[in-house]
Amino acid sequence: MSEDIKGKNKGSLTRRKFLAGLTAGAAALALPAGNADAYMVEEYFRQHFKRLSEDDLKDILKKMEDELSFKYGKKITVKATPPMDDVVFGYALDLSRCIGCRRCIYACVKENNLSRNPQVHWIKVMEFEKENKKWQALEHSNRYYNPETVPEEGKYYVPVQCQQCKNPPCVKVCPVRATWKEPDGIVVVDYNWCIGCRFCMAACPYGARNFNWGKPHVPKEEINPNMHYLGNRPQYKGTVGKCTFCIQRSRAGRYTACVEICPVGARKFGNLLDPKSEIRYILEHLKVFRLKEELNTNPKFFYFFSLGRPVKR
Amino acid sequence: MLIDAINGIIRTITTGSRAYKLWVGVLLLLAAIGISFVVKQASEGLIVTNMRNQVSWGWYIANFTFLVGVAAAAVVLVIPYYVYKYKPIGNIVLIGEVMAVAAVSMCLMFILLDMGSPERFWHLLPGIGIFNFPQSILTWDVVVLNLYLFLNLFLVIYALARIYAGKPYKTGFIWPFIIFSIPAAISIHTVTAFLYAGLPSRPFWNAAILAPRFIASAFSSGPAFMLIIFQIIRKRTKLEITDESLFKVAELITWAMAFNLFFLIAEIYKEVYSATDHIAALNYLYYGLQGHDQLVPWIWTAVIFNSIAFLILLIPTLRRSFIPLNVACVLIFIGVYIEKGIGLVFPGFIPGTLGEIYEYFPNSLELWISVGVWSIGLLIFTLFAKVAIAIKTGEIGHANPAEEH
Repeated sequence: MSEDIKGKNKGSLTRRKFLAGLTAGAAALALPAGNADAYMVEEYFRQHFKRLSEDDLKDILKKMEDELSFKYGKKITVKATPPMDDVVFGYALDLSRCIGCRRCIYACVKENNLSRNPQVHWIKVMEFEKENKKWQALEHSNRYYNPETVPEEGKYYVPVQCQQCKNPPCVKVCPVRATWKEPDGIVVVDYNWCIGCRFCMAACPYGARNFNWGKPHVPKEEINPNMHYLGNRPQYKGTVGKCTFCIQRSRAGRYTACVEICPVGARKFGNLLDPKSEIRYILEHLKVFRLKEELNTNPKFFYFFSLGRPVKR
Repeated sequence: MLIDAINGIIRTITTGSRAYKLWVGVLLLLAAIGISFVVKQASEGLIVTNMRNQVSWGWYIANFTFLVGVAAAAVVLVIPYYVYKYKPIGNIVLIGEVMAVAAVSMCLMFILLDMGSPERFWHLLPGIGIFNFPQSILTWDVVVLNLYLFLNLFLVIYALARIYAGKPYKTGFIWPFIIFSIPAAISIHTVTAFLYAGLPSRPFWNAAILAPRFIASAFSSGPAFMLIIFQIIRKRTKLEITDESLFKVAELITWAMAFNLFFLIAEIYKEVYSATDHIAALNYLYYGLQGHDQLVPWIWTAVIFNSIAFLILLIPTLRRSFIPLNVACVLIFIGVYIEKGIGLVFPGFIPGTLGEIYEYFPNSLELWISVGVWSIGLLIFTLFAKVAIAIKTGEIGHANPAEEH
């Protein structure tokens, strides 16, 4: 599906020249233009991530680093680390251990430079009553629970984030291919290409896609300076963002922020193609399930219970 | 000749009765108010609306959906005129096509307003951007809507140019376009329904009945709107529109509404009798869910209005008498507007995919912006129709009024 735009070496040269011409023309019109203005013009005419040549990309990353370093007053690096060979990431979440503390949400917001005002969360933790006969009666869940301490007696918790579907409905519906599945299985968004139509949000069965309804705001002192072009760089007003399995970390061989922070070890992450990985151990030795399997989205996000029977029926 | 024509057009739209000037003035004022809110939305983002992640499409998309139906309805007028050679309907086909142009223009405005980053529209352009065709059904909608817009523009402008010059139609040349406009009209509303129907994440929309219902409701609401406009036009201009042709349209509305109500029953039966978890949205809409029942009075208003209108139209003596006919048309217009907007788009998101119940209703900014779009749309219609009528009646140009086009 996205293969045809990967062949970026041929026809796109003329296109690039054409766009460069447009950029230059517009830049000339925008006189007098400082560096920031020139960057804005370049940004407006920037091509889709997959259409950028290596040189273009290098140039863009450099300019973006300068721009962001200036804006946030510290050294910022923006990488575009490609997927590793023979790696497809998978995730498993132990519902019998999750205590609903929501530290994962805080860690995710901080790691991924998500807007603090208005608040944007890529992880949602839902609270269910154990008494409820049907655990999947989602209308009876509550995302806004606020007790003194967790876990509460008679409650259990189900965190949900992007399920990194093998068959992502969000990718299919995007009119401009601003979102796609990478070879390592991560569904990403080109924040500079998304037009904000929100069709992907209507299509996602897991509420995993989040729109920047207002201008995202991250305080200078809280910015995470290690960024990835397709991941945690600051987003734009009017575009969609989502969990990327912390692409800036996972592609550097690290755990995601939510895995690292989880105080009870409920979150497991690894390479599905590596027979010796922890994730493979879980898939092979425990009973796992996925959300809304009947929709054929084929998620790479699994849920399991390592301890006894979690739900009293 | 061209200069003459342009002068004539300018003269036509700048002169008129006091009522005409007042109407245009009010539309301009409302459009200006709408635009001032658009400026606010453009600078602060869609956060100024009541839409949120839980209900990510709202009032704009609701209006868009309804107006696609109005645009599609022009075809209802074309079918009997061209295919069955039903002559008395001739004068109103032209006006129907003008309405289609205005309605599609409004659709495109609502889409642009709903986009988070409308300035990036060039990303959609094939070649310099990426047009994800045929995978994304949204790109199909872009294709058919634009095709339909240009098709109607072409048909109207061609007809008016010929009439203006006092020449007859070249039927052989125009015929294929006219025939093509019929499936084109069906396609815009079908594809718009497919945007929703193709999403298994939203059980309320994920139904095969959706597209047929869209067509049925559009073919009742669009012509109902037109019927009222035709009566205004024939009262205020020299354009002749026969009672017979209006009653023919009324008959079409009756059958379209019959199908709409039948499809509604089929939809409700399937959900209620099977009673799976997927009934939640329907419950929310018609009865309320866990005490959330904001849409309940609206949807019952729509059901009652549509049913009463159908009963009125079903009785031939009432259908052929203007007061009950107009009452029925107003009821259908309001009924379908609620049904396709509030009753279709909002409950698709309520409860959300993770079960959250976020009760959405447009705020005053969204309402004012939509008033602005409607004003611009009606302005397009008013001016375009006034010129078309002036040409058709020979006020400007060299029309032969005796000849039926």
